[in-house]
Amino acid sequence: MFGYTFYWSIVWQKLPELAAGAALTLQITVLSMILGTAFGAALAIGRQGRGLGLRLSTAWVELARNTPALFQIYMVYFGLGAFGIHLSSYVAMVAALTFNNAGYLAEVFRGGLSSVPKTQMSAARSLGMTVGQSYARVVFPQVFKTVFFPYVNQLNWALLNSSLGMIIGLRELTGATQAAQSESFRTFEFFLVAAAIYFLLSKIVEVSARLIFRRLFRT
Amino acid sequence: MIEIRNVRKSFGNHEVIKGVSLEVKKGEVLCLIGASGSGKSTMLQCINGLEPIQAGEILVDGISVHAKSTDLNLLRQKLGIVFQQYNAFPHLNALENVALAPRIVRKMRPKDALEIAREHLDYVGLSAQAEQYPTSLSGGQQQRLAIARALAMKPDYMLFDEVTSALDPELVGEVLDTIRKLRTNGMTMIMVTHDIAFARESADRVAFFDGGVICEIGDARQVITAPNKERTQQFLQRVLH
Repeated sequence: MFGYTFYWSIVWQKLPELAAGAALTLQITVLSMILGTAFGAALAIGRQGRGLGLRLSTAWVELARNTPALFQIYMVYFGLGAFGIHLSSYVAMVAALTFNNAGYLAEVFRGGLSSVPKTQMSAARSLGMTVGQSYARVVFPQVFKTVFFPYVNQLNWALLNSSLGMIIGLRELTGATQAAQSESFRTFEFFLVAAAIYFLLSKIVEVSARLIFRRLFRT
Repeated sequence: MIEIRNVRKSFGNHEVIKGVSLEVKKGEVLCLIGASGSGKSTMLQCINGLEPIQAGEILVDGISVHAKSTDLNLLRQKLGIVFQQYNAFPHLNALENVALAPRIVRKMRPKDALEIAREHLDYVGLSAQAEQYPTSLSGGQQQRLAIARALAMKPDYMLFDEVTSALDPELVGEVLDTIRKLRTNGMTMIMVTHDIAFARESADRVAFFDGGVICEIGDARQVITAPNKERTQQFLQRVLH
């Protein structure tokens, strides 16, 4: 029963395809995190307010955090398709992952926002800064410092979540691996290598985040 | 000139300012004194529009602070304010703290903003601390930094809200010296203070706030050494003895 023979050379032949998949994975991750950060910040501010803004942002955060990411991707790709809005799998994936990231990041930012004294806002406004400038230049830089590590956590999570892109036909790392292995059925070898690549990407993200943190906040 | 006309201000059902009128002319120094909760600090926050008012009007150089058509961000460039709790920006060093608003609000080039910041740090005696972050500065240094930050916007008026109340006694002097220097340079100032001796020495006029109204206003020496109103006498007796 331990008679499995590893057959690696087929994997090396397909390595360029896996590398292209990994590049797409990174691209989706970074894009959905940048957009997710912008929306997440807006949601966190919205949840401090009242009225329609509060209700909309709360609905977003609740949906994003309490339903599976897989369901969210299906909703954007097939669900919107049912209403005649046909997105490419790439756009659908970035949109769905942005939706998911923004929901989690809103909660991360909310914690950070409550750690910045309200008087910081008054001080910024009293110097003639607009609300937007005050958030961008005074409040959020302080928020980022407090939430930096939960933020990197979400970045890692987004990287791994992007593997769900396979189910809507995206050739990101998992999709590319799936396609490559289906020609040879060397499933074990291919997915081991893919897992190693994911691990490597995650570590690169984590280490660069730490370096950036030190450079940015001089600690 | 700052004109305050019959201003009323409430927090919920609680009215803290119950009809206050006063005028401050260019170059004048006015001190607001009175017990905690008498409405003096709130009055300052209303002057630069940080707090809305329920009735009356505040005019700064003829511009109504609370009118919907007023560009508050533009108006605030005329009105520097310094708070009791310094409120230095902790993620920026001293130089960047001062340079931020000139760069963002006045749209100066970074180099020019830093130049302005250096000048103002020098003015308050913090040249040596330019690269330090607020957490490594003393309370007195942070408060002088806050003054430099406000001055860098080249305001026409300065508002001081109990700026020495949170300081250790031995650090009060350096902040008061900075304010004295401003007075010598002709800055128009409104100061909320509990330091009666400082008010007598540096103010042209003193207004005594009591229960949300001005109980007595007049020449600083007269109000403090020979007040006309009984309430003023009682207050001064309490704080001076």
